[in-house]
Amino acid sequence: MSDSNLVSTSSDTEVATSEQFSDPGVPEHKLRLGDTDPKAAKRSERIVIALFGLSILGTIGMMAAYFGLPQDTSIAGVRIQNLTLGLGLGFALLGIGLGAIHWAKSLMSDHEVVEERHSVESSPEARAEAIQKLQDGVADAGVARRGVLKGAAISAVALFPLSFAVPLIGEIGADWNISKFRHTVWRRGVRLATDPTNRPIKASEVTIGSAYHVIPYAEDIDEEVRPGSHAWLDEKAKAIVLMVRMEPNELKEEDDRKDWSYEGIVAYSKVCTHVGCPVALYERQTHHLLCPCHQSTFDMADGAKVVFGPAKRPLPQLPITVDSEGYLVAQSDFTEPVGPSFWERLK
Amino acid sequence: MKALAARRHHRFAPVVLIMLALLVTGAVYAALAPSSAQAEDAVTTADDIEHGAALFQANCATCHGVDAVGKADAPSLIGVGAAAVHFQVSTGRMPMQSNAPQAPVKPVQFDEKQTMQLAAYIASLAPGPEIPSAEAVDPTLGDPARGAALFSTNCAMCHNAVGAGGALSEGKYAPALWNTTPTQIYEAMITGPQSMPVFNESNITPEEKRDVIAYVVAQRDGTPGGENLGSLGPVSEGLWAWILGIGVLIGAAVWIGAKSS
Amino acid sequence: MTAAPAKTQSSAPTTKAGKAADYLDQRTGIGVAVKEFARKVFPDHWSFMLGEIALYSFIVLILSGIFLTMFFVPSMGLTTYHGPVATMDGTQMSEAFASTLRLSFEVRGGLLMRQIHHWAALIFVAAMVVHMLRIFFTGAFRKPREINWVVGFLLLVLGLLAGFSGYSLPDDVLSGNGLRITDGVVKSIPIIGSYMSYMIFGGEFPGSDIIPRLFTVHVLIVPALILALVAVHLVLVVVHKHTQYPGGGRTDKNVVGFPLFPVYTAKAGGFFFVVFGVLALMGGTLSINNVWNYGPYDPSPVSAGAQPDWYMLFLEGSLRLMPGQTEYVIGGYTLSLNVLVPAAIIPGLLFVFLALYPFIESWVTKDTQPRSVLDRPRNVPTRTGLGVAFITAFVVLVLAGSNDLIATHFHMSINTITWVFRFAFFIAPVLAFWVTKRICLGLQRKDRELVLHGHEHGRIVRTEAGEYFEVHKPLNEQERWLRVNYEAHAPLALDEQPYHEDGTKNRKYRSAKLRSALSRFFYEDRIEPVTLAELEAAHHHEPHEIADGSDESRQQLS
Repeated sequence: MSDSNLVSTSSDTEVATSEQFSDPGVPEHKLRLGDTDPKAAKRSERIVIALFGLSILGTIGMMAAYFGLPQDTSIAGVRIQNLTLGLGLGFALLGIGLGAIHWAKSLMSDHEVVEERHSVESSPEARAEAIQKLQDGVADAGVARRGVLKGAAISAVALFPLSFAVPLIGEIGADWNISKFRHTVWRRGVRLATDPTNRPIKASEVTIGSAYHVIPYAEDIDEEVRPGSHAWLDEKAKAIVLMVRMEPNELKEEDDRKDWSYEGIVAYSKVCTHVGCPVALYERQTHHLLCPCHQSTFDMADGAKVVFGPAKRPLPQLPITVDSEGYLVAQSDFTEPVGPSFWERLK
Repeated sequence: MKALAARRHHRFAPVVLIMLALLVTGAVYAALAPSSAQAEDAVTTADDIEHGAALFQANCATCHGVDAVGKADAPSLIGVGAAAVHFQVSTGRMPMQSNAPQAPVKPVQFDEKQTMQLAAYIASLAPGPEIPSAEAVDPTLGDPARGAALFSTNCAMCHNAVGAGGALSEGKYAPALWNTTPTQIYEAMITGPQSMPVFNESNITPEEKRDVIAYVVAQRDGTPGGENLGSLGPVSEGLWAWILGIGVLIGAAVWIGAKSS
Repeated sequence: MTAAPAKTQSSAPTTKAGKAADYLDQRTGIGVAVKEFARKVFPDHWSFMLGEIALYSFIVLILSGIFLTMFFVPSMGLTTYHGPVATMDGTQMSEAFASTLRLSFEVRGGLLMRQIHHWAALIFVAAMVVHMLRIFFTGAFRKPREINWVVGFLLLVLGLLAGFSGYSLPDDVLSGNGLRITDGVVKSIPIIGSYMSYMIFGGEFPGSDIIPRLFTVHVLIVPALILALVAVHLVLVVVHKHTQYPGGGRTDKNVVGFPLFPVYTAKAGGFFFVVFGVLALMGGTLSINNVWNYGPYDPSPVSAGAQPDWYMLFLEGSLRLMPGQTEYVIGGYTLSLNVLVPAAIIPGLLFVFLALYPFIESWVTKDTQPRSVLDRPRNVPTRTGLGVAFITAFVVLVLAGSNDLIATHFHMSINTITWVFRFAFFIAPVLAFWVTKRICLGLQRKDRELVLHGHEHGRIVRTEAGEYFEVHKPLNEQERWLRVNYEAHAPLALDEQPYHEDGTKNRKYRSAKLRSALSRFFYEDRIEPVTLAELEAAHHHEPHEIADGSDESRQQLS
């Protein structure tokens, strides 16, 4: 253990004793070149003038670029415009900044000044007076004597924010119908179509090793939620699907899902069960599906189970089959809510 | 010559080599492009198949087997088509150097003619995807806006929004598309090399593929805002903000705080 | 200046400026303020300008932001774009995205302002962080400045909020996926998560409300709060007067530096133009957030390298590192700890630590004096170590948030990187703490050595007796004062008993025990400054100022 003879160096208790080092005071001021040599000072002055001059040139340059360059909205045109305007503005500003600083550094006085620091707290008298004033005020209002009045005032003030908060909370979540999380526009017979080109897909056209980004075929869903409408984005956010085809013997399937695939074609929700990014990086050789946001990895050959990363649950599977014309169609909606977990997900 | 030998180990040597290789490829491509129809006819002569077979036996058979039916480490090439061969060989992925998570791009080992001969040989074994015509991959004929939508949905998650490349799992990666030729981009889509899935005609039609190519090629015009910083998005932007922005500003602060001499 | 603004009635001003000043003062009494502040002293050090970088980039943000609001349309209404961007021609998009394209390509100088705005945002938060680190490592948060630390902390949080809300405004795929992640995180909150999601998006994600709502947050609520808090921050700096580094003549009762007018007016004013100028050059030459590359928001696409701006990367990294096994179903309700822990609990702990640190340190130090002379970081090894550990944890998370780019650029497996960072998040900060603390203690020992024995001189002298020694040059007064003028706090003793004398439990005991234990953690290892007596003893023992390296006074470690 160290000895406890702390050296008291805190300045507030500073008493010069032989036990202590003494403060040598502010270091001696060193003269700059310009303080003694008028030529150096003149030189500094010229540099400052040149810097302000540069600023003026910058402004002129920017004006010249703005008025001189043709209105060209091609990439190259915008690039040259952006560059010249940026350089002009940059030099206009830097000239002023560097000039002013150089002026301050080389020509203004550099003698250090010492200023006293006063305690922040108010004096005891001021405090006492403040407390007295507050007490006077309280006595004046007579709060202590009028208990019911006090209660009424506090209740009124405490309650009035409700008239602001209630309508706000009531309206801010639209219809507050969170059961929408559970449903998508997929239902029996909706054809699988390519995203974003919206072409229904025939099972026979899907070659092994293919990955299709799939949306519900626009003709097969309600008119008000079709592509082009705003509601479509809300629905698309839940309905996106990734469909791949592999050799049927590579596919591991649970017994109750054997008829959810079609000749090695499987379709899974593309919304990550972690926090909802589109999981889209399909590696054809390993059948792994990787999410680019947080790297959850799902095994498309094995029920889209999680093999790596922060997701817990497999991606929900879309049961598919083919219709009479050979188009791939959904057998039903997803059988569980798609996307990230939420509290009442299983209720 | 001596100077050249000395610079062979320079760290830019691979870059220079790739550039040269690309130039050569480009030149050969340009030479072939205007008369691609005849060129294609020309490569499919029996003579070329024979040459291709010889090249195959000398360079590829060790891994892929003398009949191209594949071995433990190398897949069968029956039915992969001329497009797959042309893609793998013309990008330098094949012959493969070592057993890495995936075949890296490296200096091309065969000239365009030899590549075509190899492709012709493999195509003669069984039908498969063919090398696209020059018209099919001409970016000027494509619609970059439609290409942008397709690229964004089908390609960007692996190759990045503008084709700067990205990571896959376990050390695999989707390469950058800056230097990939339109033909190679088309071939990659129809053959699905390595981890990449296949995008056949029903998924992305030939015309749409050309749109995708038009979009990818349009990215080579650069960005309107100046340096593209690798087009890697917020991470590289943040790095620049810290190193350049904060670096310069702290430098300025040090200058302000320093005593003038 | 031709006339002093403060006027008395007896001397009527004659100059124009004087008359104007007189007019103003008779109506505002500004003379008092000018008298008070014109020559106010500020200490000079580069690290005192870091906060200015943040302030000035904020001003640049306001200026460029005003420009942008003139052209930006904060609406999610759908429109079909026809314009100069060929890759977007004929594409359906929101008004917000279309107006971003218009203001970038068709408004001259619009792209420049947009890029300046975005670079300024990145620099704004970065400068706040660097400024905060300076405050932390030099102990500038100690009494009476604890409240100002909290104000600064709130400014940092608001800065993150400002950045995040602005980043999402163009309604592009990249920021849209960021919002979608936000939605996923919000949904993971127990009980109210789903309703919170509805509250934020006005219904289901993405809805048509989020952009207008974020716009209001971004251009009204957050900037107003930042402005108000910046005002409080600066008023408190004036009230406290600026801290200063230790050195000759600098005490807790004075401030040594240069007057506000003219030196600091020129230096600080000039620095504003430098900051703006650098941002303008960056905006003119380095492209940032090219939203047309990502395209208008659509829930289906996603791009490799899907990351937020750097100041949100730690959250991204934290989400990436968390293993997924930790989602539980309890009584039929889903508890997603795999999202909640990395997105709320870990950042929460980091931020609470930051906000409360001054109070923790003052609690374990029992220091009641106002402190205006800064600590040299080496003289407070535990604090410095904790700071470096904090930075390390943050950096690990940032790197984890960039793991895909690390994988492609260094040819590594993303899975391996993730595993390494999972461990590094716990191990690296501890290691960083230990190493930093050791380095600090080493530097303190080195200081003692220097004070006691002076600088090594390289000159070897042989005495008549045949002894060899190296002549050391003693430190000058200023050098010595810098190294001896600090306080090595000792751990607080445990002054409470578990039971009172009458046998009842002492309620204060547990807190006192924790306090004493924490205090020991902070101050058990310490190096005392050299005392005058020690220095005299050293001189006495070594008349020739020989460094024998085995001086017993070096052993000050408890």
